[in-house]
Amino acid sequence: MNTEVKIAGVTFKNPVMTASGTFGSGMEYGDFVDLNRLGAVVTKGVANVPWEGNPTPRVAEVYGGMLNAIGLQNPGIDVFMERDIPFLQKYDTNVIVNVCGKTVEDYLEVVERLSDAPVSMLEINVSCPNVKEGAIAFGQKADSLYDITSQIKKKAKQPVIMKLSPNVTDITEMARAAEAAGADALSMINTITGMKIDIHRKKFVLANKTGGMSGPAIKPVAVRMVYQTAQAVKIPIIGMGGIASGEDAVEFLLAGASAVAVGAMNFVNPCATVEVLEGIEAYMRQYDIENVTELIGAVE
Amino acid sequence: MTRKKKVTATVISQKQIGEQIYDLWLETKLAKNAHPGQFVGVYPRGESTLLPRPISICEADKAKNRLRLVYRVAGKGTAEFSACKAGDQLGLLGVLGNGFPVDKAKGKRVFLMGGGIGIPPMLELAKAMDEKKQILLGYRNKDLFLEEDLAKYGDVYVATEDGSVGTKGNVMDIIKAYALHADLIMACGPMPMLRAIKKYAAENGIEAYISLEERMACGVGACLGCVCRTTQEDAHSHVHNARICTEGPVFEAGEVDI
Repeated sequence: MNTEVKIAGVTFKNPVMTASGTFGSGMEYGDFVDLNRLGAVVTKGVANVPWEGNPTPRVAEVYGGMLNAIGLQNPGIDVFMERDIPFLQKYDTNVIVNVCGKTVEDYLEVVERLSDAPVSMLEINVSCPNVKEGAIAFGQKADSLYDITSQIKKKAKQPVIMKLSPNVTDITEMARAAEAAGADALSMINTITGMKIDIHRKKFVLANKTGGMSGPAIKPVAVRMVYQTAQAVKIPIIGMGGIASGEDAVEFLLAGASAVAVGAMNFVNPCATVEVLEGIEAYMRQYDIENVTELIGAVE
Repeated sequence: MTRKKKVTATVISQKQIGEQIYDLWLETKLAKNAHPGQFVGVYPRGESTLLPRPISICEADKAKNRLRLVYRVAGKGTAEFSACKAGDQLGLLGVLGNGFPVDKAKGKRVFLMGGGIGIPPMLELAKAMDEKKQILLGYRNKDLFLEEDLAKYGDVYVATEDGSVGTKGNVMDIIKAYALHADLIMACGPMPMLRAIKKYAAENGIEAYISLEERMACGVGACLGCVCRTTQEDAHSHVHNARICTEGPVFEAGEVDI
């Protein structure tokens, strides 16, 4: 049985990754997961300088999922280079660094700082719904997405993944713009903007009022968007959105994803990534599938 | 630090001990490594309620592998826990957080201060501390809980908001009413109480450790949901936002901007 997949020339021992922001840089899950077993660790978003993030409460549970409005709290690229990269280097897994910024220049600075770092790919966060400047502003208009993607592609030494927002009218339009600008891959979906109100206090539950929804409840939306996008572009897609089991992951692969990422379910089950991988392998045994790549886009 | 684990615990017993307050004993190996002031994440079993609920450890019987959790029903998850009977199973994530620095109490006069559902962690803390303790407890009304358990380990003073038992007011009013003194405070309770303790401790030059609470998702330091403003740069993100689940829940009062 072969679980290997290739995305933009990078080989992954299996198609299971972590979704940015749900796994730190892997340290916090060391008690639960052998990072060597993962196809990749996708880090929490990192900016050129430290970001404080939003006021609390930053998280809320909703039916079948959760809302978050962390606001991309991160230590900035300096600390990240000194601490997180050397930590991840110790493991036999691909490192994908999620890059965030308020301006195009912010993104470019991080991308340049990472140019000689032992990093397999860059994932560009143009879809965080919880910060006021940058991020999602670049991911909701096809021309701005085209512009930032092409500028990053000019500087980046590693293949570039553009992480798309579901909070758009037509996600295939964004996907085509990213592809036309030279993106090597897409990851999708980021969280869906939501809101929760405490009816007893008549107040918003999150300090930010809105937050990004994730978890099993958003999976059908994500599968649909991955399928539509896979029909619209040729570049590979990393699928995510509520994946909790091997069956969920297979659904994304069949819809057209070349790999999958486990997000909010890490918070629910800290061993979720490895269990998803084992679930994919069990499915492959059950249906006598030799190569996991046979599943990609195989829905009939 | 002890390795964190996700385990299945068995309910030994549960009873209601106050209005919406439940007293749950669980059998789990997590008890072996539990330190006063730490907490566990308790998993609801419903498919729609996913996240572990952070609940403080009230007592840990290390010899018998038993954990006691005293919690208030605050929503769907805790309502589900309150229906658990002996023999039922519950998923736990733990043990989490740093806990109280028990050793700091050596040779000192200590206040243990608990308010409302902040009272339970004071019991394991009181048990772990050999020093003479003044235990100050604040309740809403005469619906007291755990005060008899705590009385075995120190001098208990009670305040109630409605004045039905003990001093009328809160734990700070107990200090005034009895002219009590301490060199060290360890506390858990609602934010206004913790703010008052922080102020009192600073004004009187008393060392104080307070246990904070915030809405949490992962419980292990990854999601950055449960942060608290800190006066110094935090260890993780260097932005004056420490993770309550990991750097906390117990902080030296001067460390946090509450």
